Amino acid sequence: MVFENLSNKFQEVFKKLKGKGKLTEEDVNLALREVRIALLEADVNFQVVKDFIAKVKEKAVGHEVLESLTPGQQVIKIVHEELINLMGKTNAKLNDAGSPPTIIMLVGLQGAGKTTTAAKLAHFLKKQGKKPLLVAADIYRPAAIKQLQVLGDAIDVPVFTMGEQSPVDIAKASINFAKSNLKNYVIIDTAGRLHINEELMDELKKIKEEVSPHEILLVVDAMTGQDAVNVAKSFNEELGLTGVILTKLDGDTKGGAALSVKAVTGCPIKFAGMGEKIENLEPFYPDRMASRILGM
Amino acid sequence: LKKSTVDEESFEKIEEILIEGDVGVKPSLELVEKLRKTAREQRITDSEQLKQVLKEEILKILETGDNKLKNVARTPLVILVVGVNGVGKTTTIGKLAYYFKQQGKQVLLAAGDTFRAAAIEQLEIWGNRVGCQVIKQKEGSDPAAVAFDAVKAAIARKIDVLIIDTAGRLHTKTNLMEELRKVKRVVERELPGAPDEVLLVLDATTGQNAFSQVEYFNKALDLTGLVLTKLDGTAKGGVIIGIKSSYQIPIKFIGVGEKMDDLRPFDPQEFVEALFAS
Ligand SMILES: Nc1nc2c(ncn2[C@@H]2O[C@H](COP(=O)(O)OP(=O)(O)OP(=O)(O)O)[C@@H](O)[C@H]2O)c(=O)[nH]1
Ligand SMILES: Nc1nc2c(ncn2[C@@H]2O[C@H](COP(=O)(O)OP(=O)(O)OP(=O)(O)O)[C@@H](O)[C@H]2O)c(=O)[nH]1
Ligand SMILES: [K+]
Ligand SMILES: [Mg+2]
Ligand SMILES: [Mg+2]
Repeated sequence: MVFENLSNKFQEVFKKLKGKGKLTEEDVNLALREVRIALLEADVNFQVVKDFIAKVKEKAVGHEVLESLTPGQQVIKIVHEELINLMGKTNAKLNDAGSPPTIIMLVGLQGAGKTTTAAKLAHFLKKQGKKPLLVAADIYRPAAIKQLQVLGDAIDVPVFTMGEQSPVDIAKASINFAKSNLKNYVIIDTAGRLHINEELMDELKKIKEEVSPHEILLVVDAMTGQDAVNVAKSFNEELGLTGVILTKLDGDTKGGAALSVKAVTGCPIKFAGMGEKIENLEPFYPDRMASRILGM
Repeated sequence: LKKSTVDEESFEKIEEILIEGDVGVKPSLELVEKLRKTAREQRITDSEQLKQVLKEEILKILETGDNKLKNVARTPLVILVVGVNGVGKTTTIGKLAYYFKQQGKQVLLAAGDTFRAAAIEQLEIWGNRVGCQVIKQKEGSDPAAVAFDAVKAAIARKIDVLIIDTAGRLHTKTNLMEELRKVKRVVERELPGAPDEVLLVLDATTGQNAFSQVEYFNKALDLTGLVLTKLDGTAKGGVIIGIKSSYQIPIKFIGVGEKMDDLRPFDPQEFVEALFAS
């Protein structure tokens, strides 16, 4: 059963309360303390947890819970529902340009998985009969262009490169190339950068102004801790994100960053990276993520 | 100067700082509990002093053991660098190579990541930058074979320091962890006592999963040290406090950027100050 760990903890909490009759607000607090710990241990941001707990509490102190015969189960149900609500109920699809090409830009911190994800997305689109173009706009990381070329070759998707010229020029030229070569999706790989690096954030803004992407996706490592909110907030403020891709979910991380990032940007998480291989990209399912964060 | 007095809120504020610094709930609660006790016993009334006491408590944890690289009599000194995907292994190797070159040492790099696209080229670019040779085979070859070649070459060429790169891998993937053990075994067989250092690279932006990373990598390889990268961002890397007190593995270096001189010895004092700086 999902929520088993939390259920067990809840049972302990509520066992102590047996025979006491109705639950008090105090009792609910006790239960929510366990939820708080579970969320923090899953790396959900401190402030996000605080707001979340407040919201759940508001619902949980309603009569249904306090008078319920299985109050523990009731609280768990509310927690689950609220988590899913927060992460965006259903799976969100990629935006589509009215007239092609659809332009997708991948941004994020160093090593998050942008280049790999760019190739995964291209592969995903190609399988649907689309004609993607990969764009090598990371001119900084050693062998970044080569990395994208190797990946592009492996899936037989062309990679647009202009050596180490300005990423803004590269992005701009790639759109013309896509149009004249009838590519209907352009996926721009950008260099990893810190959200506090003004110069490099400016570069992204210029690319955005030049090519008006239909998607600006923040690629986030699922193992990210508390800092996920700072990163997501900055990237969103600077660029206006349209979505998030969570990577490296194939490990044992609880992935609380998903909740943090969603909470501070409001952007849907569109895909999950489930491995290093090109086919390891899956649509993101909020309900599965809710269970995972709570350690079930 | 306004002195703020210690009350319940002071402890809550400290708990918040710790948790937001990725120290983790349990270690944070433990530290705060201990602090409450000390505050009672020593009748601490000033909240700045309270912080000072906590900083010293954390420093004690971080300062135990030797944070320096091992000094071995024989050459080459062999360093194996491991870690999960994208944490900064290859970049750290480039920086380490530069660090040793600065000391006038002969350095050799081994391109043991034969899996990731253009990983070999990435290491070669670092080799060129720093001015040292790279032992490689083609993509897809056996990393243990690369390590074997590299140890042989390092001995033959009278190299001072050999640093072996490995492919990023999640610690939960048993077969990939076994592959690393094989690399280590081959090195041991060719040069008894080596690898002298097995460094696990941790990304400072990582949260509580770092515990699991240390647990699994340590079990498989007996780590000798940690490198904490990407401390130039806003992440504090507080998770290493609990890791240090649970595993006693020293933190040997930190990474503070993408350039070759962006490697620093780990300075516990500086680290703790940064944890409490807003
Ligand atoms: N296990 C796992 N590894 C992944 C996943 N996505 C990417 N990686 C790995 O993470 C590492 C970093 O991926 P890259 O695609 O190079 O990351 P990046 O964001 O482009 O990095 P920079 O360009 O340096 O900022 C590589 O080893 C990838 O193979 C994933 O979903 N699971
Ligand atoms: N800001 C910052 N970036 C860093 C630091 N160390 C490494 N990086 C960047 O992080 C990204 C990943 O670094 P790599 O050295 O390729 O990481 P890796 O662990 O070898 O990655 P894989 O081999 O794919 O597992 C690159 O963009 C590096 O430039 C650091 O200390 N600070
Ligand atoms: K990372
Ligand atoms: Mg990249
Ligand atoms: Mg590498």
